[in-house]
Amino acid sequence: MIEIQNLSFRYGKHQTVFEQLNMEMKAGYIYGLLGENGVGKTTLLRLLAGLRFPTEGSIRILGQEPRQRTASLLSEIYYLPEVIDPVALSLNEYVKLYAPFYPHFDHGQLAHYVSEFGLNPAKKISQSSHGQQKKAMMSFALACNTKLLLLDEPTSGMDIPSKGIFRRLIAQAATDDKCFVISTHQVRDLENLIDPIVILEHNQVLLNNSIEEISRKLWFGIRPQKSDKDLYRENALGGYAVVGFNENGEETRVNIEMLFNAAIQNKELFKRMFIKGEDMEPKRSFADEMAQRIKGDAGLDERQQNHDNGPRE
Amino acid sequence: MEFRQDKPIYEQIAEYVCEKVLNGEYKPEDKIPSVREFGIQLAVNPNTVMRAYEHLERNGIIYSKRGIGFLISPDSRQRATELMREEFLQTVPAFLNRMKLLGLTFADLQTVDEKP
Repeated sequence: MIEIQNLSFRYGKHQTVFEQLNMEMKAGYIYGLLGENGVGKTTLLRLLAGLRFPTEGSIRILGQEPRQRTASLLSEIYYLPEVIDPVALSLNEYVKLYAPFYPHFDHGQLAHYVSEFGLNPAKKISQSSHGQQKKAMMSFALACNTKLLLLDEPTSGMDIPSKGIFRRLIAQAATDDKCFVISTHQVRDLENLIDPIVILEHNQVLLNNSIEEISRKLWFGIRPQKSDKDLYRENALGGYAVVGFNENGEETRVNIEMLFNAAIQNKELFKRMFIKGEDMEPKRSFADEMAQRIKGDAGLDERQQNHDNGPRE
Repeated sequence: MEFRQDKPIYEQIAEYVCEKVLNGEYKPEDKIPSVREFGIQLAVNPNTVMRAYEHLERNGIIYSKRGIGFLISPDSRQRATELMREEFLQTVPAFLNRMKLLGLTFADLQTVDEKP
């Protein structure tokens, strides 16, 4: 669906957002796009939507370049920004005006989403609350049935019941021929929905892997004691909540918040493990080698301290 | 849907199906919800449900029939019992440790009523 090759993007001459970024995204998956503030999640979505152009390198979506902005490609992409420009139209009027651009637009589905969210489609969008606006535009976005759906912080501003409805609607709308890319800081809102997980850092991708692949390489759980091999840990009742290497092949549930913290504290290691796909076999020696590198580098406690004092670059 | 933190989501979904087999809610040759339906019901990624179904299929609890979907296997009860026993026994060491810590004996357990 999406092929990004050697993508570089700068704002002006000096502010580099991406440098030689490579990534692939496939149909049939709901990608969760994570990253610290300011790493370029929104910029990436805007590049995919053809709203920004690569400085170097290429983006291909369904074989076309979004920068060309062909009608045939744009009718297969929907980008829903985090903050919506409230239009002085009702959802009904909005649909009349904009649905014709999307050949697979489904009015029956729209009616279903509107009723699930409990929206009044005759009410002016600009006169609704932030959360209502978001739900109205989300209903429109899903009803467009584009091959690619880009959602930027979709749950922000939604109340608790709406988040539950949103999750069900996404699970329902995600068919094998579609690719969803959802950027979020609210990983708990989407925890069982996003898979694969993409973690962006400055200029680069740290991880773009399925939950299954992650749980094969990493172990999540509670351990009574610290270990040199811990990649990340937090205090927990009964010891430490730990992200470590999966050394015995036992699969644990991936905790996305812990994964994220582990990734941003072990950037080089994550790139080696996940992006360059360095072999885990034989598991033990790889884990031992990595533990050695960590020890030689700086102890975890020290690194966590550094992290608390701000990012270490 | 709330899931526990202690095991992967797909295993928890598989366990849920096994429980329904054991309590008789799912009988041999019953059709179980499609991957999509189940995903929507649980608000879980359809690929996770697919993984749960593959896990159940590998363990002989369900089988897939072309054009129909997934059905409960004829010997699902026995297979589900085996799988669930295996998983239950893995939790026993922690349980025994807890008993020891609290100074409880097996005789103490017999005084506990089963929940209806």
